[in-house]
Amino acid sequence: MTTTLAAAKDRRAPWFSRLPIVAQLRRSVGLQRGMLITGIVICLVFLLGAIFAPIIAPYGFGQLSDDAGSFPRQAPPSSDHIWGTTVGGYDVFSRVVWGAQTAIAVVIVAVILSVLIGVTLGLVSGYLGGWLDRILVVIADAVYAFPSLLLAIVVSIVISGGQSSLVGGIVAAGISITVVFVPQYFRVVRAEAVRLKSEAFVESSKVVGSSTARIMFKHVLRNATRSLPLILTLNASEAILTLASLGFLGFGIGPTAAAEWGYDLNRALSDTASGIWWTGVFPGAAIVLLVLGVTLVGESLNDLADPRLRTRRRAKRRKAVTSASSDPAVGDDKTPGSTTAPEGGRA
Amino acid sequence: MSDIVRDDRHTAVDIKNLEVTFATDGGDVNAVQGVSLTVRSGEVLAIVGESGSGKTVTAKTILGLLPETAVASGAVLLTGEDVLTVGPKRVRELRGTDVAMVFQEPSTALNPVFTVGWQIAEGIRAHGKVSKKEARKRAIDILSRVGIPDPETRVDYYPHQFSGGQKQRVVIAMALVLNPSVIVADEPTTALDVTVQAEILDLLRRCRDEFGAAIVLITHNMGVVADLADRVAVMYLGKVVEEADAKTLFADPQDDYTKRLLGSVPRLEARGHQAAPSADAEIVVNARGLEIEYPGRLGRAGFRAVKGVDFTIAKGQVLGLVGESGSGKTTIGRAIAGLTRVTGGSLEVLGVEMNGVHERDFKPKRAEIGFVFQDPASSFNPLLTIAEAVAEPLIVHGRAGDARAARARVDELMEAVQLPKAFGDRYPHELSGGQRQRASLARSLALDPALLIADEPTSALDVSVQARVLELFAELQSDLGFAALFISHDLAVVNLLADRIGVLFHGDLVESGPNDQVLGAPEHDYTKRLLASLPVPDPSEQAARREALRALTRQA
Repeated sequence: MTTTLAAAKDRRAPWFSRLPIVAQLRRSVGLQRGMLITGIVICLVFLLGAIFAPIIAPYGFGQLSDDAGSFPRQAPPSSDHIWGTTVGGYDVFSRVVWGAQTAIAVVIVAVILSVLIGVTLGLVSGYLGGWLDRILVVIADAVYAFPSLLLAIVVSIVISGGQSSLVGGIVAAGISITVVFVPQYFRVVRAEAVRLKSEAFVESSKVVGSSTARIMFKHVLRNATRSLPLILTLNASEAILTLASLGFLGFGIGPTAAAEWGYDLNRALSDTASGIWWTGVFPGAAIVLLVLGVTLVGESLNDLADPRLRTRRRAKRRKAVTSASSDPAVGDDKTPGSTTAPEGGRA
Repeated sequence: MSDIVRDDRHTAVDIKNLEVTFATDGGDVNAVQGVSLTVRSGEVLAIVGESGSGKTVTAKTILGLLPETAVASGAVLLTGEDVLTVGPKRVRELRGTDVAMVFQEPSTALNPVFTVGWQIAEGIRAHGKVSKKEARKRAIDILSRVGIPDPETRVDYYPHQFSGGQKQRVVIAMALVLNPSVIVADEPTTALDVTVQAEILDLLRRCRDEFGAAIVLITHNMGVVADLADRVAVMYLGKVVEEADAKTLFADPQDDYTKRLLGSVPRLEARGHQAAPSADAEIVVNARGLEIEYPGRLGRAGFRAVKGVDFTIAKGQVLGLVGESGSGKTTIGRAIAGLTRVTGGSLEVLGVEMNGVHERDFKPKRAEIGFVFQDPASSFNPLLTIAEAVAEPLIVHGRAGDARAARARVDELMEAVQLPKAFGDRYPHELSGGQRQRASLARSLALDPALLIADEPTSALDVSVQARVLELFAELQSDLGFAALFISHDLAVVNLLADRIGVLFHGDLVESGPNDQVLGAPEHDYTKRLLASLPVPDPSEQAARREALRALTRQA
């Protein structure tokens, strides 16, 4: 019951403090708050980097020369190229900054697609049940059984033949990640729908005579999506890794279409032996940091959503004054707040 | 095992000025505020109060079972040691040997993957070196003493092989096995049927008399208090408002709260003759040989929840269905509302035959049926305001375009169920259980139904709140004149509302007739037993009833 209440309780608060992450931030304390803030800051840095990439990055992602002539190859960090250049002659700093744009675009495409498909299928499958449910569950299990990276590679080859343009590459990468994640959303929403199906308020609308579609979308869907933000953030970090792996294996986006960390890492592979550290460290660190940031947000949201894991400020020893009224008003049932349900103390 | 003879005046538990504060999302909550209580050996102290009164928290402090978010101050002296300060290791030693607990829900208090004998032995072996054989012997011994037949065999049974009442006996056996000086029983009979409740109360009485244990009984049921308690402490909002011995409290309550609490307990007394509906009154529900079977797993026979039941509900009439869990009363209510398929016989609801009905044919009739669910916590969509939820039936049946257009009618309904109009803008969790149940009533009445089905509408509510909801129900029924099926396990509640009563037992309607006849002159043995098992809130009358029940069981 507590989770139900926690989600709906701040409804009267201003709209900005009801947004998913802001609401949790306000409720958190101590270490959990530290984790959440660290995660949010890291994510914000990357987000800003992606949005303002054209301003921040000194060169384009595919740029090999400027007015002063061609860039040197494998040049160590200098004033011209603060993080050095790669074996192909690209500026590492610019590639890392532009790479944030690609990574975030792919994550957004992948998450939106998998949420839309996964939630719809899960809802229909869980609420309607029957043979459709069985078939969908078997398919979802079959998809689970595949190694996810292999599946992503196959899908990416089918869609784009391996390499492609910016938009095509992003969509291809997004869809190949989607195929891996749809079963997760499907399962979670299906389980919720099955649970909600037997809740009294769903039965009550059945008794009233509501149509199946109305029950599904008005009553079940809105209550089934509660845990999605958690999976969503955790999947986002997995999507970044999958994208990087695809790029590393050469199934990502070409260097002239967009900057991609995984591809850069692949090209930096031979540099490590010759002591050229800057081509690999920076894109690698970018991947690690972004994944860390998103995971921190996801994990703290997960902890905060569960009242048993959520830490609270310790209760103070009570002074003589009591806040609860001592008026024995029996006939009038108490509104939750003072004693029965402190969660809803906004009455 | 009761070789230690205790002095009657020996104090078992002494709670001094206990304060407990919980840290919650909504700030600190002072659940217990300065409670002082003492319990002596061989005495039953009942702590009575409604939900949120702090009774359970107080009792759990005796075992040191507070969650991490709680801070307690004051002192809880258990045979001279302060549980709050001795530290976790000593508290663990005290549990079992000095203080034990009986939980509310016996099916969750036992671990389903171990035999009951193993679970009892585990408690014995946790305190001192006892061989497996010896522990098993003691487990068998204690099982026989709590009245489990054939304990030598049944010690190796798993919890699911026992009935609910027997499971509670096993839980009590686990509590008794180390011969503790105090037993804390938290609502020990709330999850049980009324006939089983009487047996468990008898057993607890024997715990006190034969084992000499002090019992702290936590309950909201005044009948149980009257049956078992020697002394009673009434708690309200974290404070003890009145403490007296049971006879005095029931005969002459001092505090206003106690008076009102006692006043709102429904009693089993004749309501005078009910005006019988005229013979030619329109029949709203007509069941003939109604059978409902739940499909079994592959290769197994289904479960027949209702086995050929006949009844009718005429226009404007209230039929009360009474029965214990598993009697099929809820199934019948759900079948009338079209939530459960009828598998045999005939059930006509508002002229539609429900056996083999298609949803398409029944849908227009749904506007004429209201349904009030048992659990007020889950019967509202948590994301819709009360006004939106009450407007749902109006929107679905095209009486209003959206929630805003329906608001005038919603306000009217809110007024009818005596809720302030402003409550319409609240979310379900911002209302108390009783308020929610009234809103639920408003929703079911939105379309002026010809038939209202109420499935245990008050069993989740506190007794004082229950009294008001029942009153409201009766008022609305006489004003609006709808027919109603009122389902309850509580005879006293049904008595307040129903014109006719049907008693269900294992899917059979064993007795039915006008209110006075069924309750005043029951014919079937089961009805008699059901009536006699119901504890009344009066210690001396209850003692007499207890004897009557004992005589009845001996006959059977």
